[in-house]
Amino acid sequence: MSRNHAFDQRNLDWYIDKAVQALVFIGGISAVIFIIGIFLFITKEGIGFLINTLDLQEFFGSPYWEPSDEDAPEYGILALLAGTASVTGLAMLIAIPFSLGTAIYIAEFATGKTREWLKILVELLAAIPSVVWGFIGLTIMNPLIIELFDVPVGLTVLNAGIILGLMAAPIMTSIAEDALKAVPDRYREAAEALGATRWQVVFKTVLPAAKNGLLGAVLLGVGRGFGETMAVLMATGHAVNIPGSVFDSVRALTATIAAELGETAVGSDHYQVLFTIGIFLFLITFLINLTADLIVRGIRNS
Amino acid sequence: MVSDTNPVKLEIQNLTIRYGGQAAISGVNLSIREHEIFGIIGPANAGKTSFLKAINRMDMFDSNMRVEGNILFNGQDVRKLRNIYALRSRIGVVFPLPVGLPMSVYDNVALSARLRGIKERAELDLIVERCLTRAALWDEVKDRLDTLGSLLSGGQQQRLTIARALSQEPELLMLDEFSIAVDPVTTMRIEDVLKELKSEMTIILVTNLVQQARRLADRTAFFLDGGCVEVAQTEALFTQQTRDPRTRDYVEGRFG
Amino acid sequence: MDNHMFAATELNQKNQRTEKLVRLLFILMAGLLILPVLIILFTLVYKGSSILSIDFLFTNPTNGMTEGGIFPALLGTIWLVVVALIVSVPLGIAAAIYLSEYAPDNWGTRLINLAIINLAGVPSIVHALFGLGAFVVFFNFGTSILAASLTLAIMTLPVVIVATRESLQAVPHAFREACWNMGATRWQTIRRVVLPNAVSGILTGVILEVSRSAGETAPIMFTGAVFFSPFLPQGVMDQTMAMSLHLFVVSTQVPNVPENLPYGVALVLIGMVLIMNSISIAFRMHLRGKKKW
Repeated sequence: MSRNHAFDQRNLDWYIDKAVQALVFIGGISAVIFIIGIFLFITKEGIGFLINTLDLQEFFGSPYWEPSDEDAPEYGILALLAGTASVTGLAMLIAIPFSLGTAIYIAEFATGKTREWLKILVELLAAIPSVVWGFIGLTIMNPLIIELFDVPVGLTVLNAGIILGLMAAPIMTSIAEDALKAVPDRYREAAEALGATRWQVVFKTVLPAAKNGLLGAVLLGVGRGFGETMAVLMATGHAVNIPGSVFDSVRALTATIAAELGETAVGSDHYQVLFTIGIFLFLITFLINLTADLIVRGIRNS
Repeated sequence: MVSDTNPVKLEIQNLTIRYGGQAAISGVNLSIREHEIFGIIGPANAGKTSFLKAINRMDMFDSNMRVEGNILFNGQDVRKLRNIYALRSRIGVVFPLPVGLPMSVYDNVALSARLRGIKERAELDLIVERCLTRAALWDEVKDRLDTLGSLLSGGQQQRLTIARALSQEPELLMLDEFSIAVDPVTTMRIEDVLKELKSEMTIILVTNLVQQARRLADRTAFFLDGGCVEVAQTEALFTQQTRDPRTRDYVEGRFG
Repeated sequence: MDNHMFAATELNQKNQRTEKLVRLLFILMAGLLILPVLIILFTLVYKGSSILSIDFLFTNPTNGMTEGGIFPALLGTIWLVVVALIVSVPLGIAAAIYLSEYAPDNWGTRLINLAIINLAGVPSIVHALFGLGAFVVFFNFGTSILAASLTLAIMTLPVVIVATRESLQAVPHAFREACWNMGATRWQTIRRVVLPNAVSGILTGVILEVSRSAGETAPIMFTGAVFFSPFLPQGVMDQTMAMSLHLFVVSTQVPNVPENLPYGVALVLIGMVLIMNSISIAFRMHLRGKKKW
């Protein structure tokens, strides 16, 4: 009966629970604060230039990038955009078939130990830092390309594309594998019961069912390639140039920021235009990630 | 037999429970008195489990579950409580699927006491031994109190769950088909304990074994298709003094 | 009748041939993806191992970074990673607990999830711009370990959140309900039932984050890491050298570096990262073998 008096009183544990809830909520909301903070701070540094000085037509339309020219600086990112696009495009050309193929092999064909080891290997490959990839492009791929194709320069779209492809592939593989794993086994069993062979099951049943997840994996790979910095900085040859072939050197948007930010004075036009590129990169990757997420979420809900 | 003058422990007024659009319980009125064993019988899907879930506010864990009507525990509406945890700590529940928590058997049974702030080892030892003994599990586990509760056999986990519910020293104990994973001899031992416990607490016994209700319950309610068909003194139900023919049919095993 | 059966067998054989061919094709693709990387790694080991020694790890670079060891870079990376962990581990675990244990299923939670995905997806150089604009300039930390580590912490926050959330959600829901039914508050349930069974999974995530932060270059190169520093860092407001940036510097910025020096740096860096990841994987497999329910 004595307990009855205290019945329905909020006690210390109740308040502790509420306090913890508030505390972990701060952790949760911090991610939102950080992403907004990132956008606000890069905008703050780049917006003045974007509004006052920058001619958007020149920015996106001109291939001339000479921001440090004292008399007549030029701020065209067309060539940089072409550099990023060509390297990312080539990388995807390499990474998409191979990573989807590997994912299908791991998820649908490999068994037991083989599967375990492949997964571990893929995970370890995904962990190699981008600066190491850049170094590989610089020191191993570069002479290899020069020798194999008999070209004067090996730091080219081809080099960076291959490097970026190898870099993006493990991540795409594991996301694609997740997508394949998400297809319920009863689909496979149903198809097998009808007498379909393994590959028929995969092509006619599993792939169509997983196509959204696979598309999401590809998109995330594109986002990753688009935003990669160190590897493309070191492997592209860093020449402002709209490439005519895969043997041309180029320069990427991300690499431009990495290479030039250190030389600029805080607040200068050059400094600000690099932040403007940052805003552009942020928005594009945000869109890519959002789309990928919506697509992947779409399959989970249906 | 429980006197009608015992104070009301739990008053159910016009209780309706819905999952999505589907009603699991509709318009049930009941009152359960202190120190009685209140049996609930009825076929599967009669709404018995949903009824228990509403009492200790498990609807909060299930966004699909909607509860309407009043549930008065000690005269207070459980849906207007400020501290839901205090309510739950006063109600022990045992569901048909046993859950041994992934901690030692000892910690499983000591958990509730620790949540209440009891730290002293001797006191905890006492609680653990008493509750495990009452749940007819002590002899089997006394030499291995450090094994994980989640790794015990199904029947042992069921008794562990009962021991844990008892360790709450609840005012109300709700058992939902507790004997489903327990052998008949052990079931009998636990039934004997329940009879003793009546002096300390109120017990709601949901069972699919009509004879179990007959052995234990002071009064019994018959649930069918989400409604409470009738409530009567248990002996009356089993001696053909039922008001509703469906109850008699069920008790006599003609359906269900 | 005979004809019919024969046709069926032929079809069957054809199917089996295709089956074998498809399987071979996929093995080939997996092999072609992984083999070059293995060759590259062996090349790194082959060319870099000649310079590796205890001295290489524990002496300063000398003679314009063309000789000597990598000690300041190694130490700097440890500084950067540790300070980043101090910030991101508690924050990440808190976020994961919120998302897994408290968060309602509403648009606010979806917003948080979207933010996490984007924190992981925003290019590292954009994180660098943010670190420069926010920590170096706005908060006036200057180029310092603090500014660089904060940038790293924010960038790698999703790693901790995702790993922690996964290990929290691996604890069956029935345990929580059983605990709630006894009158435990959410927090009591988390502390006594959920966390003890998730802690090893969380640790796996933390190790992954260490590996991730140690390898990042772009986010630290304008916020706290420098090409060369004659001094070892004494506190969080100092600048420092770092392994990842050091690899970039000795392979692109310094003339007349002997060939095996950058290979050695790359080897140490990749060794650090792969060992961390292997520990994390081994730990995870060990856990999977140990059934607790």
